[in-house]
Amino acid sequence: MKRLLSGNEAIALGAYHAGVSVAAAYPGTPSTEILENLARMDGIYVEWSTNEKVAMEVAMGASYGGVRALVSMKHVGLNVAADPFFAASVTGIRGGLVVVSCDDPGMHSSQNEQDNRHYARFAKVPMLEPSDSQEAYELMKLVFRLSEEFDTPVLFRTTTRISHCKTVVEVDETPEIPKRSPKFVRDPNKFVMVPTNARPRHPLMEERIQKLSSYVETFPFNESILGDRSIGIISAGAAYQYAREVFQNASFLKLVTTYPLPRNLIREFANKVERVVVVEELDPIIEDSLKAMGIEVLGKGWVPITGELNPQILKEEAIKAGLLPKSRKPPHKRPVELKLPMRPPLLCPGCPHIGASFALRRLGFYHAQPQEDLPSRREVLGELKRQGIIATSDIGCYTLAVYPPLLALDTCACMGASLGQAHGLEKAGVANKMVSVIGDSTFLHSGITNLVNIVYNKGNTTVVILDNSTTAMTGHQGHPGTGITARGEEGRRVVIEDLCRGIGVRDVNVVDAFNLPLIEATIRRCVETDEASVIVIRGPCPLHVKGKGTSLVVDADKCDSCFACLRLGCLAIVMEGDKARIDAALCVGDGCSLCLQVCPREAIKVDGAK
Amino acid sequence: MKIDVLMVGVGGQGVVLASDALAETAMKNGYDVKKSDALGMAQRGGSVSSHVRLGEHVFSPIMSKGDADFLLAFERLEGARSADYLRPGGVAIINDQAIPPLSVVGDVSAYPSTREVERIIRRYTNEVYFLPGREIAEEMGNAQVLNVLLLGFLSRFLAMGEQAYIEDLSHRVPARFLELNLKAFARGREEAESRRLVKSASK
Repeated sequence: MKRLLSGNEAIALGAYHAGVSVAAAYPGTPSTEILENLARMDGIYVEWSTNEKVAMEVAMGASYGGVRALVSMKHVGLNVAADPFFAASVTGIRGGLVVVSCDDPGMHSSQNEQDNRHYARFAKVPMLEPSDSQEAYELMKLVFRLSEEFDTPVLFRTTTRISHCKTVVEVDETPEIPKRSPKFVRDPNKFVMVPTNARPRHPLMEERIQKLSSYVETFPFNESILGDRSIGIISAGAAYQYAREVFQNASFLKLVTTYPLPRNLIREFANKVERVVVVEELDPIIEDSLKAMGIEVLGKGWVPITGELNPQILKEEAIKAGLLPKSRKPPHKRPVELKLPMRPPLLCPGCPHIGASFALRRLGFYHAQPQEDLPSRREVLGELKRQGIIATSDIGCYTLAVYPPLLALDTCACMGASLGQAHGLEKAGVANKMVSVIGDSTFLHSGITNLVNIVYNKGNTTVVILDNSTTAMTGHQGHPGTGITARGEEGRRVVIEDLCRGIGVRDVNVVDAFNLPLIEATIRRCVETDEASVIVIRGPCPLHVKGKGTSLVVDADKCDSCFACLRLGCLAIVMEGDKARIDAALCVGDGCSLCLQVCPREAIKVDGAK
Repeated sequence: MKIDVLMVGVGGQGVVLASDALAETAMKNGYDVKKSDALGMAQRGGSVSSHVRLGEHVFSPIMSKGDADFLLAFERLEGARSADYLRPGGVAIINDQAIPPLSVVGDVSAYPSTREVERIIRRYTNEVYFLPGREIAEEMGNAQVLNVLLLGFLSRFLAMGEQAYIEDLSHRVPARFLELNLKAFARGREEAESRRLVKSASK
């Protein structure tokens, strides 16, 4: 039966039909839906692990126990999981072990656009890349078998467009699902990587890659399509689809096994065409391999190395490079004469991170001269000089507070980095007070060891944990702090404030996310102490709670157009002429009321209140 | 034969549900379909666009500027922003609603008027329809049905039968809202018809 599936849905269904028994992941765009979909299927164990390294180790353990296991993550997640990933390559596996890495060219929702295809060669594991959902679904059945046959983890690499685009899939409605029985067979030479055991594994890994090199020569999904032989395009993944659209008559070699490459197949193809052209997103990985093989190839000389490709870029660049004739149509007109306002992402109305970010923004002036300015509307949104507190930030919705008008943050690098960075700034001798800002899920992912480090080394960073009791940015997944498992069942809850006390933090505070005076007072107090402190600022994600309170309204007679409320960056507050107005459809109501708290004229009240 | 539909709007307007419904209905009508959403990072309030491509065999899931046979804009500014995706003579359907972004609220930039948006779109096509979608949806009792109303309007231009959409929506929309959604869908079709805009999309 035909179904319209995203790549991630297809991967999940394919893995299920391939008999996967254990799946583990940490949410991360664009990979999240793989585990979410697996969590709806019966007969497999599925978990949100605390981070990607843990997920990888859980999958490794399951594989050692003889069953098929899958672990999925976004590209940067594989950095976190790299240690066990490399270890799994050394030990090999028992049950098939598939590692899904979903890369994000163009950085739709990421801090970088690293090309994880490098990891295959680096860790000496085979890699496959689907070019649509149909392939993703069918390949899943093959990759578990491949993993078992060659005693290796397999890297299954997608990109955002493969993971998130929906394409038609012919689904096997009555699959025979092969299940392996769990059994651990003791084999210290294979599984205990002391140097004496690890040394003999390395030659085996090299031998494995040699065998795989022969195997991929006849891999059924690598496909040669011969058309006009003046140009032969070698491509993989989403880039292949763009190239097919742009070069309608050219010859193609579509690669699915991108490490190791089917070298003979490539040579044969290259011999049949006049000119070999590689179309790949991000780094010149296929191109460099072809060059090393002595094949003359045109690649990054015309395909951009940065950003996400699309048919338009490819076409324009191909014309510039002389690979396609100039289009007879005049270049497309763009609406340039009107500068259209941008619509940058913002925190949602009622977001529990707004109050804390607003407070940090205000306290940024705290150690400098107080600036009780009453700005014009332009100045409200403009950059204002911050001194005093340095706010290192982490990865999550709250990172959006870097944008105007909140402008609350000074750094953001990777999961968990905010604590270490604050500690490093302090130990470097920077005189400012340090506040590190991290979400509940991110703190549990990789903030804990950092907090241990601060306590141990007598740092005095103030750690603000923004606890909205969910992993919001990726679509509300559970985590240890919620106690709700991937299947939505009751697990055991890890209480963040107890955890921090257990680590040895003596100054642990829990504050309501919508009590602005208390948030400010607590931060002010904590940054003045000589020891590490934690402030858990807790409030629910508005998209995660059912129902809402009574909307707030502006008394237009009292509003004197000071625009203080606009500094919150709340989407529900709009201007009508010179007066603020609250859109009742967007306002989450009296559960938030931050605007009421910041209005110096008491012009904002709960609808119906006196 | 190909049909490229670009749907654009603001996070929270239900763009993705509408494009899912169109894509799945098209698949059941025998088309090859690819669909790609660009959501950005924000759950609410950011720009959203959804590319739906139908044909005998679709390769790229995203279209190029100048490809779109239909531009369905849930919000005026977003319609103007994506106008250059329209192919010459394509059909632009614009919900005449303004959701000002923060830079407009803060008076840093100006929100384009309906007339300005129309002028931008007419650079690419003369087949442009403005629709007071939000007012109609609110009058029907729930602003949330805007997406299905607009889908109904668009459907009148496509060659697929009404029933296929209705079946799809019956699976897609929560049961307690189904009746209202089906009414909104029918109303969208009527709005298209009453403007005597009905054309076959087969090209």
